[in-house]
Amino acid sequence: MNCRRTRTLIDSYLDRELDPATQLEVERHLADCPGCQAHCEQQRTLIGRIHAEATYYRARPAVAATLRATLDKIDAASGSGARPATEWLRFAASMAFAAFVGSGITYWLTGSSAEDLLTQEVVASHVRAQMVAGRITDVSSSDSHTVKPWFNGKLDFAPPVLDLTGQGFTLVGGRLDYLVNRPVAALVYRHRQHLIHLFIWPVTGHPGAPRDGLTRQGYQLFHWSDGRMHYWAVSDLNTQALGTFSNLIREQTTGRPVASTKSGLPAREDLR
Amino acid sequence: MLPHLDAAYNLARWLLRNDADADDVTQDAFVRAYRFFDGFHGGSAKIWLLTIVRHACYTWLKQHRAEKSNMPFDEQLHSWNGNDSAPGEASFSASPETLYLQAADRHRLHACLEELPLEYREAVILRELEGLSYKEISSVMDVPIGTVMSRLARGRGLLQEKLGGYVGQEV
Repeated sequence: MNCRRTRTLIDSYLDRELDPATQLEVERHLADCPGCQAHCEQQRTLIGRIHAEATYYRARPAVAATLRATLDKIDAASGSGARPATEWLRFAASMAFAAFVGSGITYWLTGSSAEDLLTQEVVASHVRAQMVAGRITDVSSSDSHTVKPWFNGKLDFAPPVLDLTGQGFTLVGGRLDYLVNRPVAALVYRHRQHLIHLFIWPVTGHPGAPRDGLTRQGYQLFHWSDGRMHYWAVSDLNTQALGTFSNLIREQTTGRPVASTKSGLPAREDLR
Repeated sequence: MLPHLDAAYNLARWLLRNDADADDVTQDAFVRAYRFFDGFHGGSAKIWLLTIVRHACYTWLKQHRAEKSNMPFDEQLHSWNGNDSAPGEASFSASPETLYLQAADRHRLHACLEELPLEYREAVILRELEGLSYKEISSVMDVPIGTVMSRLARGRGLLQEKLGGYVGQEV
């Protein structure tokens, strides 16, 4: 480590971007070389001055306000399925969700089954909603007569919203979400300390086989269809409790009692 | 709250060197980011956003071709007149003369920074004001880390030259 090499490395050294071995070499040289040491101090002072004296410009309130208005306009123009702008930005600020962003390209690249990918999307939505404060519900009410009409005009279908308070599942509220490339209804229930998401959207084409007691990343899922709607329930609740929930929904939406099912076995009514 | 708005604005302001242009480009960049959100595949949202802002700035600069890299010193003093965040505060116990000279110093450093060629200025801003790592800077600027290192070193070196013997000397 000579003076010339040290000088070229001084900036990286001060920025603590050198690998440990090289950093040690620089330090050793500096200890023995007053010339390089002085140069180092001069650089250090300059960097300190930039930190202290260069202005960090902040956007004035008017800029933020105009921007929000513009993003809201875009939202309004693109219809009910769009994410509210501020929600998106809050989400973007929170975490990386690379694996969870579903898209056509992802489907093609991984070669996974459609059910597999939808499972991923559903879990992601369930987790994501709980990470961002205020994001779980767009309409918060335990009254199904408040939550159900909220979806009018926001979705092209009317999701069934059931009151299961008597059975220990409290409605928390609802929100719009986006799965399988379409806007869906997300109903949120609570059982003890556990949140349950119930995603509902209309059936188009073949509904596919139902699934009880699917597990993904520590979450339990049940999904089925009644011929008119797809239902996907996800929670960190145990399989049995979530199964009870799912059966209640099935019974009350079809008006027919569900034969008790063991995990992994679909109810007979769901087979087509 | 729009997160990362200040980071975006700060970068645009330093690259474009005036408020109105920075306002416009920052807004355009955000709108673009929102529209192309499907292209965000995770990682740091801030870095992704800054990449878009940077690109918008360079596009704008190409279109408007108003390279003012040799503006006289006095005008630089005028354009910097305390927009929001204050730089480091002067010592309150110093004499009026010291305070004046320190303020002049601050103007000088700020002005010299503004006069740096674009790619050096950008590297210094992202490092010193935004606190990005070399790796993050290389993502935003879309250059290898080695290039980041040399641009930073060169940018600081140029700054030292412009500042001429004033660095390291309190009055």
